[in-house]
Amino acid sequence: MSLLEITDLHVTVENTEILKGIDLTVNPGEVHAIMGPNGSGKSTLASVLAGREEYEVTGGEVRYLGHDLLELAAETRAREGLFLAFQYPVEIPGVANSYFLRTALNAIRSYRGEEEIDAVDFLSMLRDKGALVKLDENLLKRPVNEGFSGGEKKRNEIFQMAVLEPRLAILDETDSGLDIDALKIVADGVNSLRAPDRSFLVITHYQRLLNYIIPDFVHVLMGGRIVRSGGRELALQLEDHGYEWLEDEPARAAEAQ
Amino acid sequence: MSVPAAFSAALEAAAAAPAPEPLRALRHAGRASFEQLGLPSRRQEEWRFTRLDPIGEAVFEPPPAVPSRVDISAWKIPASHLLVFVDGILDTELSDVQELPDGVLVSNLVLAASAGSRLVSKHLGSLAPVGEHFSAALNTAVFADGAVVHLPLGVELEQPIQLMFVSGADSRATLAAPRVLVVAGPSSRATVVESHVGGGGASLSCPVSEIVLDEEATVEHIVVVDEASTASHLAVRQVQLAARSSYVARTVSLGGALVRTDMEVTLDGEAAAAELAGLYLTDGDQQADSHITVRHAQPGCRSSQLYKGILAGSSRAVFNGRIVVELDAQKTDARQSNRNLLLSDQATVNSNPQLEIFADDVRCTHGSTVGRLDEEAVFYLRSRGISREQARRLLTLAFTNEVVERIPIESVRSRLKSEISRRLQGIEEEKDSS
Repeated sequence: MSLLEITDLHVTVENTEILKGIDLTVNPGEVHAIMGPNGSGKSTLASVLAGREEYEVTGGEVRYLGHDLLELAAETRAREGLFLAFQYPVEIPGVANSYFLRTALNAIRSYRGEEEIDAVDFLSMLRDKGALVKLDENLLKRPVNEGFSGGEKKRNEIFQMAVLEPRLAILDETDSGLDIDALKIVADGVNSLRAPDRSFLVITHYQRLLNYIIPDFVHVLMGGRIVRSGGRELALQLEDHGYEWLEDEPARAAEAQ
Repeated sequence: MSVPAAFSAALEAAAAAPAPEPLRALRHAGRASFEQLGLPSRRQEEWRFTRLDPIGEAVFEPPPAVPSRVDISAWKIPASHLLVFVDGILDTELSDVQELPDGVLVSNLVLAASAGSRLVSKHLGSLAPVGEHFSAALNTAVFADGAVVHLPLGVELEQPIQLMFVSGADSRATLAAPRVLVVAGPSSRATVVESHVGGGGASLSCPVSEIVLDEEATVEHIVVVDEASTASHLAVRQVQLAARSSYVARTVSLGGALVRTDMEVTLDGEAAAAELAGLYLTDGDQQADSHITVRHAQPGCRSSQLYKGILAGSSRAVFNGRIVVELDAQKTDARQSNRNLLLSDQATVNSNPQLEIFADDVRCTHGSTVGRLDEEAVFYLRSRGISREQARRLLTLAFTNEVVERIPIESVRSRLKSEISRRLQGIEEEKDSS
């Protein structure tokens, strides 16, 4: 069974159709990259999958582990193993990073009928997972993302992913605003989490990130449609030619339907 | 103006009760002022937004002759110098003052005055605005006893002093008049915790606190108001600071039909500092008012105010924060911030910062916000598996942390956290069932 199966997904925001029929299948263990210019609908796709409520699904369906994903509340999706690394991680004053993560982890464990994690086990887990993304231990005590640098925020997202161990991780432009060193750290973190039962949807504007996180498949999203799918070489072609190269594709894709 | 009928029984009982001087003389003067002032009208600017209905409609009885039996365990701080006043009278069994350094006084006013304390005759009533403020006058007219703290030169008290005032343990509408006098000598230091605990009923408490800081003294003052949800609480607090002294206040109100604090802090010596933080929670038809005046009378003083409120139901809050910088008070640094979180559409806040600046070389900032929970933050937490309800509660509690975490006593902090959490849960359940 596929992990994620998106069929003819149409999504509207404030009366404007942003996604105009997306088809995408992700199997366990696969890494899919979704590339596209600004305004193509990449982040909308990530948001709809994570359960943001201001988006209206006007057609199509999304199956996740065989269930209707769109029926589930955002927190239920997370408990079922879906994780979104935010493009703009939210600052939460007054809530310590480690307390937040423990609350999240315990919510997921309780959903699975497991016991709350032991405080000592949790601390050693935080240390191990923090090392994956070279997270400064002081950031655990600080309020979630408050006063973090851009790079620290993105590392914190990957760190949370490492702790929560999702089945499907969606990275929404995790590379934006990162310098090359931070990008490598984030990519190393992601690569260390690759596993046969874990899939990734890597959303990015630039192919740069894909030099470090090697995708199995690349899809180009333009004008609310996937206009081209291929292997890793597609990303390299885009690097050489730019998105203009595929500019006529949305119209052609529309005609083909 | 005639005395409101609501108070005549309590005033008569107070007048008939024996008291040592100078308490008796003060009481007499208090009654005269109260009879002249009466209850304020909403036409008076300072009372425009305060609904005194809960008070106007009641008939207050004097406290019972035999004080009620109460359980004080909830707010009791382990290892403190504890004075407990039940219905205005010192409870010697519940009180527990440890051995004190030489010259330190932690006692009740009646005892100190009976022993001829010069401190009491000099300072008691010296700051309270008895001639102008009706509840200061009312307190002074009826108070039976109260707490007095004196720290002599250079004494730093390690354990906190806890002054607990328990009232209205039965369901009658009683009138309570807690009284506190703190005199901190030069270079002394202490933490004073004032806890106001209500039992039940539509009682009224009108505490008056007078705090005097000599040069380089430091007083940390924590006030927790945990009155019954139907009770009213009108507090008056006057603080006077000499040069290089420091007053730190944490004022937390957990609810009550009407909880109002009128506080005036006067920075009356060079380089004195006042740091005031407050938190108020209201629900249903409750009201919480904070009327604060910080007066910079001398140069080089610093003051800050951080007041935060969480309002549910159709409750209301008023924040009147006034900063006065007098002509001579150059190099003043004064800050003020009032932030409110509304948990319902019907709750309202009146936030009125007022700056009156007569000096020219000063730094003053002020700001106020009234807002909702950040939905983006709620979604962020939900996207990590935390339920919507838990996310909302977590964020609401986080909003209170900025004030609660500044309380230097662990037992007070943890008690407050669990109490706030319990009330927020109650608010949610109310919402769900409506």
